[in-house]
Amino acid sequence: MLGRTAASLFWTLRYNERAENMARLLEVAYRIAMTPRFGSDAMDDWRSTLVSAGCLDAFEAKGGELSQRAAINFLLFDRDNPSSVRTCVELARNNARSVRTAITSEMWESINTTYIEMMEVKPQHMTDDKLPGFLSWVKQRAMLFRGALLGTLMRNEGYYFSQLGTFVERADNTARILDVKYWILLPDNEVIGGSLDTYQWSTILRSVSANRSYRHAYRDSSLKAFNVAEFLILRKEMPRSLAYCYDWIEESMEDLTDVYRERLPSYDMAVATHKLLTDRKMSEVFQYGLHEFLSDFISRNNGLSLQLSADYNFA
Amino acid sequence: MEERQIFNEMLNEQGEPREPYRALLQWLESQPPGILKKKTREAETIFRRLGITFAVYGTNEATERLIPFDIIPRIISASEWRRLSAGIDQRVRALNAFLHDIYHRQEIIRAGRIPADLVIQNEAFLPEMIGFTPARKVYAHIIGTDIVRVGENEFYVLEDNTRTPSGVSYMLENRETMMRMFPELFRLNRVAPIDQYPDCLKDTLKSVAPDGVDDPTVCVLTPGIFNSAYFEHAFLADTMGAQLVEGRDLFVDNGKVWMRTTRKPEQVHVIYRRIDDAFLDPLTFRPDSMLGVPGLFDAYRAGNVTICNAPGTGIADDKAVYAYVPDIIEFYTGQKPILNNVPTWNCAKPDDLAYVLDNLAELVVKEVHGSGGYGMLIGPTATKRELSEFAKRLAANPKNYIAQPTLALSACPTHVASGIAPRHVDLRPYVLIGDKVRITPGGLTRVALRKGSLVVNSSQGGGTKDTWVLED
Repeated sequence: MLGRTAASLFWTLRYNERAENMARLLEVAYRIAMTPRFGSDAMDDWRSTLVSAGCLDAFEAKGGELSQRAAINFLLFDRDNPSSVRTCVELARNNARSVRTAITSEMWESINTTYIEMMEVKPQHMTDDKLPGFLSWVKQRAMLFRGALLGTLMRNEGYYFSQLGTFVERADNTARILDVKYWILLPDNEVIGGSLDTYQWSTILRSVSANRSYRHAYRDSSLKAFNVAEFLILRKEMPRSLAYCYDWIEESMEDLTDVYRERLPSYDMAVATHKLLTDRKMSEVFQYGLHEFLSDFISRNNGLSLQLSADYNFA
Repeated sequence: MEERQIFNEMLNEQGEPREPYRALLQWLESQPPGILKKKTREAETIFRRLGITFAVYGTNEATERLIPFDIIPRIISASEWRRLSAGIDQRVRALNAFLHDIYHRQEIIRAGRIPADLVIQNEAFLPEMIGFTPARKVYAHIIGTDIVRVGENEFYVLEDNTRTPSGVSYMLENRETMMRMFPELFRLNRVAPIDQYPDCLKDTLKSVAPDGVDDPTVCVLTPGIFNSAYFEHAFLADTMGAQLVEGRDLFVDNGKVWMRTTRKPEQVHVIYRRIDDAFLDPLTFRPDSMLGVPGLFDAYRAGNVTICNAPGTGIADDKAVYAYVPDIIEFYTGQKPILNNVPTWNCAKPDDLAYVLDNLAELVVKEVHGSGGYGMLIGPTATKRELSEFAKRLAANPKNYIAQPTLALSACPTHVASGIAPRHVDLRPYVLIGDKVRITPGGLTRVALRKGSLVVNSSQGGGTKDTWVLED
C-alpha cells in the first residue's frame, strides 16, 4: 500500500469522526443556550464550546464579534476554520477521492453523497428551527460512512489505518471535552454538588452521547464527578472513552505489526499510552492531577499520530 | 464537398426506421409519456452519486460537473461494425509502424512520402526517443479513434488520439446505467458486451512489460484529484486492480522505478500514464513539473519500465501529420485505407492558406496542437466578426492551423426538452494494442445537444450516449 494511501485513509476517517464530534458539540451548546442560566454569561458558554472544539484561536484570528450566530456559523460552515463541519466533510471526501481505489464503492457513494448534499446547504438558510435536524443529519451521515466501512472494507492494512484515524480523533475529542471543564470534575467539587454542577456534568456526558448510558453503567445512577470522569476515561464499555479508543488503537497497531512483521516505535507508544488507561484506578488519576493527566494524554495521542506518519511514510 | 442532407441514423429518407433501430423505436413508441424525463433524472442522480464528473477549465462554476447523458442509445449494426473495426485495426497498426520508423531509420521520409520538416521540426516529435525501441515495438497502446459518419456507408476518421485519449470510463458507466434502467431493451436487442474492457486493458499493459518480468506490477499515473479526468483514472485503476499513483508516490533508484509504500519500496514495471509527455520527468522534460517522476525517462530508456503510451506518440496524431495518414497506411501495410480521411488543408502551405482564407465561412479550422474543441473555428456558424478576427490570427501564424470542410455529421435520436429530436454525433471507439489488437465494440458516442451544433466536446456542452453494436 502506498504511504499516501495509508495517510489518506487515516485522515478520511479522522475528518469523518471530527465532523460527527463537531455536530455533537454543537447540539450540546445549542441546548445550553436554550436553558435558563445560572448567572453565567451566554457568551462564556459559546467561548467554552469553541475551546472544546479547539477552534477559539482560529475564531479570534478572524476578528469577528462573538455571538451565537457567529459561533454556529464558524463551527458549521466557515471555510477558514479547518475543523468546521463543512471543511471536515470536504477534506474527508477529497481524501477518500484521492484513494478511490482503496475504498469500496459503498464507502465512496456514502461520503460523496454527504459532500454533495452538504455543499447544497446555504449557511444563511440555517435558521434555529432547522439546526437540530441538520446536526442530526451530520451525525447520521458520518455514522453511515463508518458503517459502510465496517461492512464492506477488506480487513487489511487499509482497514487498520482507517481504524487508527477514527480512534485517534475520537480519543482527542473526548480528552479535550474533559480537559476544558476539568475543574468541575474534581472530587472537591462534589462537596458543593449544587445543581449547577449536575447540569455541567450532564452536559459533558451529552457531548459524547453518554448521558443515558451513564445511568445504566452506574448502579447509583445519579451524577457524580468521580464517576463521570471515570466513565469517560477508564471504562471500556463506553465507546467514546479514552480506554475504549486505546483498546482499538493497540489492537490495530498489533495487526499492522503482524502485517509488516516489524515492530515500530508507534507500536510501543500506543502500548505505553494504553497502559496508562488500564493500569490505574480513577483515584490514582485524581491524585496525579486530572488536568495533568489529560494534557499528558492529549500530547501522547498527538505524538502517536506523528509517529504513525513517520513509521508508515504518510508524507 | 457539397452541401448535402444530414444522414439520420434511425430513419431513412422515407421516414421508416432503419433495421438496427427497429426494436428500439417500437419500444419507445410503447412507453408512457414522461418516462424519458423521469429516467433522465434518475440517470443524473446515479452519475452524481457515483462521482462520475469531469472538471471544466476556465470556468468559475463548481469545479466538478456531470457530462450530460442522453438515454437514447446509438446503434451500429454488426456489418457496419465489421468494416469500422477492420479500418481501425489497419490504422492503429500503421500508426505504430510509423512511430517506430520515424524514431529509427525514417524510411518513410527517405521514400519522400512525408516531408522531413513536418516530422523533425514538429513540436510533438521527441528527439529523446530516437533509437529507442519499446517492448513489442508498440508506442501507442491505447488509442481513441474519432470517427464521424456522413452517409449510409461513409465514415471519416477525424482524429487518431494517440496520446492519452480519455472517455472510456463514460463508455463503461453509460452501459452500466442503461442496463440498470432499461433491462428490457437488452432482452429485445443482442447488444455486444463491453465490460471486458478493464481486463483487456490490463492484459494489454502486462503484455508490454519489460523483458523477463513474469508478473509485472502495473500502475495508473494520475496528475491528481484536480485533473479533469481524475474520475476515469481512479475508475480504471480500480477496475483493473492496479495502484493509482501520483508522481510523488514514485521514485527512481538504481535505474528502476519504485512506489513509496507504507514500508518497503515496491518496483513498478508498467505505467499507464495519464499525464502529458512534458510533465513525465522534470530531469528530461519540463524542469518545473511537479507531476512527474525525476529520472523516469532514464529508467524507461534502460528498459526497466514501460510507459504507456510511449513518450513522443503525439507526432502520430498531430493535425498536420493527419493529412498524410492515408500515405502512412499504404506505406506500411501495402493496402488502401479502409476508412476515409477528411480532406485537409495545411495552412503552412501558401496555396492552402490562400484557399482557406477565401473560404473561411465554409470550413472548420483547428489548431495543430489543440484538443478538446478549444480554439477552433466552425465557419458556417461563426459570426462575421468571429470570422474576421480568426482570419487575422490565422494569417499571423498559419503554421499553427489546418482546415477541413464542415462535415454534415450524422444525427441520432436524442432526448431534448421538446421530446425526441435528431442531434449530431461522433464516435470514439477505444483500441488497445499490445500482444494483439483489441477493439471494444462500439465506443463512446458524443452528441452535440444544442440544435444544429456540430461541436460534441464535453468541454463545449456536448453529452454522451451508450453505443450499441448489435450482434448477428
